[in-house]
Amino acid sequence: MTFVIAQAPVIPKFEHASECIRQNKQFCTGWFVDNFDHVFVPRLVEHIKLTAIAVGIGFAIAFTAALVAHSRGWFETPFAVFSAFLYTIPSLAFFQLLVPITGLTVTSAEIALVSYTLLILFRNTLTGLREVPEDARTAARAMGLTKGQILRRVELPLALPAIMAGIRIATVTTISLATVAAFIGVGGLGQPIFNAIQSGFKTQFVAAGLLAVALALVADALLVLLQRQLAPWMRARRA
Amino acid sequence: MKTFGNAIEFLFDNLGLIGNKTLEHIWLSGAAVGVAMAIAIPLGVWLGHLHRGSFLAINVSNVGRALPSLAVISIGLGVLGVGFLNVMVALVILAAPVILTNAYVAVDQVDEDAVRAAKAMGMRPLQVLRKVELPLALPLIFAGLRTAAVYVVATAPLAALAGGGGLGDIIVNQPTYGPEGVVAGSIAIAALAFATEGVFALLQYVVTPRPLRRRGKEPLLEPTIGTAAA
Repeated sequence: MTFVIAQAPVIPKFEHASECIRQNKQFCTGWFVDNFDHVFVPRLVEHIKLTAIAVGIGFAIAFTAALVAHSRGWFETPFAVFSAFLYTIPSLAFFQLLVPITGLTVTSAEIALVSYTLLILFRNTLTGLREVPEDARTAARAMGLTKGQILRRVELPLALPAIMAGIRIATVTTISLATVAAFIGVGGLGQPIFNAIQSGFKTQFVAAGLLAVALALVADALLVLLQRQLAPWMRARRA
Repeated sequence: MKTFGNAIEFLFDNLGLIGNKTLEHIWLSGAAVGVAMAIAIPLGVWLGHLHRGSFLAINVSNVGRALPSLAVISIGLGVLGVGFLNVMVALVILAAPVILTNAYVAVDQVDEDAVRAAKAMGMRPLQVLRKVELPLALPLIFAGLRTAAVYVVATAPLAALAGGGGLGDIIVNQPTYGPEGVVAGSIAIAALAFATEGVFALLQYVVTPRPLRRRGKEPLLEPTIGTAAA
């Protein structure tokens, strides 16, 4: 009686290394298909998680800061300068410099990734809120809306396109920077790239690179769709 | 804070190294921006002159901005192998879209009345392009170059991973240069990015036809931010 063990092999099948692998050609489709499930899928999932957490936390911070700056003007400059300063730190350096403090952990990666989203999200949210036509605000006030109501029902909806544009840029930027985060070993699609730098395995370079590019383009497209769903009036205006 | 102090010390103790790596960095970035320019400006200007291909010219920069830089370098490593050429090609791919879009929009949006007046004066299409459209478009074309140049300078450190040299070499080699080297390299890169921004802002000012300068408002496509994180 034979048992069929339904489990992905832990070790890739070295004995069947194809001619393509042995010659290290630019792209071995067979290897890519065979190893997609256990080499790339987990990295892809890690990458999406890294990005989602960073953009989520970054948005929470930047959005709050923008609301504060919207009502208290003096807060804008210090926060803008602070986030612009963070934005100028080269990512390779930022990740490394956090290692002595928070270790080779996802936390280190997230601190850097969140830092990079702040400037874009803060600027776009604040600009969106500022560009709400004064007339709309006056009309709302004349209708008896309170400050909070004006913010929620008038200003935020009108600022939505600008906010979404910021989220879009922040997301693709984070996807890009998350590949670099693998430098401190936190996974994501950068991991196979750094592995390939060690091994020189070309298929892995090309496959991981293409997957990261695809992820960025898909995320960008999805956010455009979401933006259209959330702000249908922008579509009407353009048509 | 102690690391920061050490980093300043590192900068002064290793002026030769920093200088060499900075030159490499400038050489690599300059070559990439140069090639990207040579491809993207003629194409963008020509499309803008014809008022054609707006979909391509405008969306290419959206796609370009979405491309993860390390992923592009990685694909380059697979296809072209390690070294200067690969990194340069990757940087060209990252820089060209912004330049193309700005060049297109710049020429496309030149005041139609000015173009019509030029035609009415009997100028041939190429003369219109050279004498009317290009001078009016130059500020915006240079704005694109500025964005692209800062982006390339900030992305080039990743080149060190692919054997492209530059200041990234110092950042990547923490075992050799220590944390103070990493900070020192970062300071040098940030300074170089700001300097690039400044030089291109100056260039942009110089190429702006005098009467347009006074308006003070640059027709920027998107605000350039100190350094593009990369």
